[in-house]
Amino acid sequence: MKSWICATLLSLTLVASSQAAIDTYEFASEAERQRYRSLVEELRCPKCQNQNIADSDAPIAMDLRAQIYRMLEEGQSNEQIVDFLVSRYGDFVLYKPPVTARTLLLWYGPALFLGAGFVLLGVIVLRRRGKPGTAASGLSAEEQQRLAALLKQSSVDNKD
Amino acid sequence: MKRLILLLPLAVFLGVAVFLYRGLFMDPSELPSALIGKPFPAFSLPSLDDPERTLSEADLKGRPALVNVWATWCPSCRHEHPVLNQLAERGVLIHGVNYKDERGAAQKWLRELHNPYQLNIEDARGSLGLDLGVYGAPETFFIDARGIIRHKFVGTIDERIWREQLAPIYQSLVDEATP
Repeated sequence: MKSWICATLLSLTLVASSQAAIDTYEFASEAERQRYRSLVEELRCPKCQNQNIADSDAPIAMDLRAQIYRMLEEGQSNEQIVDFLVSRYGDFVLYKPPVTARTLLLWYGPALFLGAGFVLLGVIVLRRRGKPGTAASGLSAEEQQRLAALLKQSSVDNKD
Repeated sequence: MKRLILLLPLAVFLGVAVFLYRGLFMDPSELPSALIGKPFPAFSLPSLDDPERTLSEADLKGRPALVNVWATWCPSCRHEHPVLNQLAERGVLIHGVNYKDERGAAQKWLRELHNPYQLNIEDARGSLGLDLGVYGAPETFFIDARGIIRHKFVGTIDERIWREQLAPIYQSLVDEATP
């Protein structure tokens, strides 16, 4: 038990110490800083693929942060910076991929499946509603008649 | 018709299973290069063997070649090096990009481990590496005689990978260049 607690605490400190590399970049304005932050947070590190380049400690992420900073200083727009990286590393570096023929399913697949689900639900509901009586007792008209006859007979029998 | 609907979940399951099974054999760390079909990026960098000499993308044209991105700080490059030596001996043209390395260490490495590279570009600041979309050494680009990047291999080239995957690509580039 004790060792478990130790291990948990230890792993927590590891998590804390492995957080975000901190660069000391100077920005002309707060708006510039915001642009830098939003860029490094929405671009993906090509080496450690489940991190953005803001969080990654990989040398390549460090280089890319420096490159983005340099381009911001030069007055380039967000689009120019993103295009620069995409032309070298591909759409892969975007956490938000562009809508192309290849990514159509990715973008609209969920809506498609949701729509298909609603259509299916609608069809099932309408079908059930279309056949009154059947859903309640599950008997056909012929069987209904037989049931009525049987009930009548039993009530006659009971009188005796 | 009713029967067929009962089979629907099975069909969906099979579809998902095939999809996931395929996923088992895909390597997520292998990125398709954005540079395939594009010319080798322009650069002007010193030669590692002779720092007085400046190399540019024009020096890479003329014959199909491998451009191998390497560094002395990269352990996999050490594993790969003997394979590159063998390939060079067999007549494969290999150029090197010494990526973010120290000149002294790199020159020592080549003296001690043999130099398989025809030209060696010294990319100390990693600027060419950035233009090539390099995200970790070793990476190997295949360029044709016109200097167009035709293929990229990320990771260590070994005998088997060369034989099964890469030799045919190199051969096709050579065949293309010899009419």
